Amino acid sequence: MAKTLLEIAGLRKTYGTLEVLKGIDCQVHEGEVIAIIGSSGSGKTTLLRCINMLEDFQGGTISLDGEEIGYHVEGPTRRRKSEKDIARQRALTGMAFQQFNLFPHMTAAQNVMLGLVKVKRLPKDEAHAIAVKWLDRVGLGDRAGHYPGQLSGGQQQRVAIARAIAMNPRLMLFDEVTSALDPELVGEVLQVIKGLAADGMTMLLVTHEMRFAFEVASRVIFMNQGVICEDGNPREMFVAPKTERLAEFLKTSSFN
Amino acid sequence: MGYTLNFAVVWRNFDRLLEGLALSLGLAVVSILIGAAIGLAVAFALISKYRAAVWPATVYVTVIRNLPILVLVLFAYFALPQMGVRLDKIESFVAVLAIYSGAYLAEVFRAGLLSIPKGLTEAGLAIGLTPMQIRSTIIAPLMLRNVLPSMSSTIISLFKDTSLAAAIAVPELTFEARKINVESFRVIETWIVASALYVATCALIAAVMRQVERRLALPR
Amino acid sequence: MAPSLFDQLWLARNVILSGLGLTVSISLLAILAGSVLGVFVGLSLTYGNRWLRLVVRVYTDIIRGTPVLVLVLASYYVSSAVGVNLDPFSAGVLALAVFCSSHVGEIVRGGLQAIPKGQTEAAKAIGLTFGQTFAYVLWPQALRQFLPAWVNTAAEMVKASTLLSVIGVAELLLRTQEIISRNFMSLQFYFFAGALYFVVNYGIERFGKYVERKTAVPS
Repeated sequence: MAKTLLEIAGLRKTYGTLEVLKGIDCQVHEGEVIAIIGSSGSGKTTLLRCINMLEDFQGGTISLDGEEIGYHVEGPTRRRKSEKDIARQRALTGMAFQQFNLFPHMTAAQNVMLGLVKVKRLPKDEAHAIAVKWLDRVGLGDRAGHYPGQLSGGQQQRVAIARAIAMNPRLMLFDEVTSALDPELVGEVLQVIKGLAADGMTMLLVTHEMRFAFEVASRVIFMNQGVICEDGNPREMFVAPKTERLAEFLKTSSFN
Repeated sequence: MGYTLNFAVVWRNFDRLLEGLALSLGLAVVSILIGAAIGLAVAFALISKYRAAVWPATVYVTVIRNLPILVLVLFAYFALPQMGVRLDKIESFVAVLAIYSGAYLAEVFRAGLLSIPKGLTEAGLAIGLTPMQIRSTIIAPLMLRNVLPSMSSTIISLFKDTSLAAAIAVPELTFEARKINVESFRVIETWIVASALYVATCALIAAVMRQVERRLALPR
Repeated sequence: MAPSLFDQLWLARNVILSGLGLTVSISLLAILAGSVLGVFVGLSLTYGNRWLRLVVRVYTDIIRGTPVLVLVLASYYVSSAVGVNLDPFSAGVLALAVFCSSHVGEIVRGGLQAIPKGQTEAAKAIGLTFGQTFAYVLWPQALRQFLPAWVNTAAEMVKASTLLSVIGVAELLLRTQEIISRNFMSLQFYFFAGALYFVVNYGIERFGKYVERKTAVPS
């Protein structure tokens, strides 16, 4: 049994009076590729964003490689870690966004290098070499000097993935990375993700692409209204859902 | 420091300040109305397909926008008489502010005109309207709604420019304030009140413009 | 024999140049001081806590609701009344700098707030601290965004420098009036002064467009 990389226990999050995550318990093992599915409002994106502290959470714990993320809990007391600590922890995970969020005033290579130079404090030429290596890996080695404005959506997303992976994270987080892409461009991004999965990267993907979840994921988590409803093998879950809600969800999502 | 605040003098002369403010508003209203008419015509000229219309309009806007308004005010009052054009203080100031407003409003209107889809003009032509009719019944009303926000800030700015009339002794608010300042030496109080009057009036204009926006807004 | 315009211009050349020099120094000082102050204003409005934002908002609302001439006059008269002896030049530059800061503050705030939230999130996701995020991701983008408006403000400062003639600072406009009081050629000399101001401001406009082109991100 592979080592436990990420441990989530009793995770709770509220937006004002609205409880978005109502107690999430989950363990992610090294090398697992987990697709998180569910309708909008189910809390799946919020869950992802809590893991790298883009969202605060009010209850429960998240541990990465045994280290508490975001908050230090001692019995009844709960203290938010320092901003410096949180920034360091964020570098342990990599995230790719639905809107890519590439830095428009930097070339593809500079986008990938920024974290390497400023966070990991690598010398510029070493960072550049790593950046070019990863851009090559996602098929954009010849576009290293291009600006985001000169790239298509699919290319931008691949650069964004390279930017996250180049930091050598323990865990990759993908937040609906194909939702904002034209259909013809989705394939190139999914190819890259498949490749990373094959290399053994531990990944959590929030996605609408059911077929992709079925093909690539070793495990699927179905969320509904802030709780994990079902969690298991994609083949079993999609063919024979255990809960009414998952059955409903599968019916309404395009999947054949 | 040895300066104790005493607003009594200013309150005694408050009516003079209010009269000055009234004149400031009057100057602003007249100049801006004339300026808006000029600006609208110039805006249409700026986007016209006839070079003979675009070129003079562009020169007008470029020259006026790059000149200090005080130079224009002094020129109109002191230099024009040498060309035989003799205007009194208020006439010359209104003329200057109108021409100045026209250049700035032309830019505001031009941006508004550019945001109107070409299809509307074509639809108007298709039902047989003349270009002039299309401009007045379709384009201008739509453009006006679009530009109300930026027009509002331009109008407020032009209102503040009426203070320049003080330079040629027009008895508007700034001139009156300066007179009181010099007569009474109550400098801090005078300028606080004068500034407060301007700030309040600008806020009022902004509120009025927001109401106009609301009234003219198309039902959704 | 009527004096020729060129003769008069030549005679007055030193006066004109001195006036122009003062206009330039007034404008430069006002722009520099105003921009530095304006950046603080803009940062306060964007990142400050409630109280800071309130104080700064009140400051900018008052400044922007007051005509520049009133600011200049107030600065000149009030400073001498409270015992801070400012010569007209300093009082005028102070007023213009304060005016400039309110505009630059709005521009900086607008530029920063126009940046999509996703940029900050992406920077956080790779582990950048706030300081690093601001320096490498936010500020460079905001700068490109508000450059045109800032150049515009700079031109406004040159135009506003003429107001200092009202408090007796011998910049170009006052010098022009001095010359006219001697030779009565108001038409020609006001026109000439206007032309000089036009050239300076038009030059600033062109320079701004050039800088915009040079710093634009290829797309």
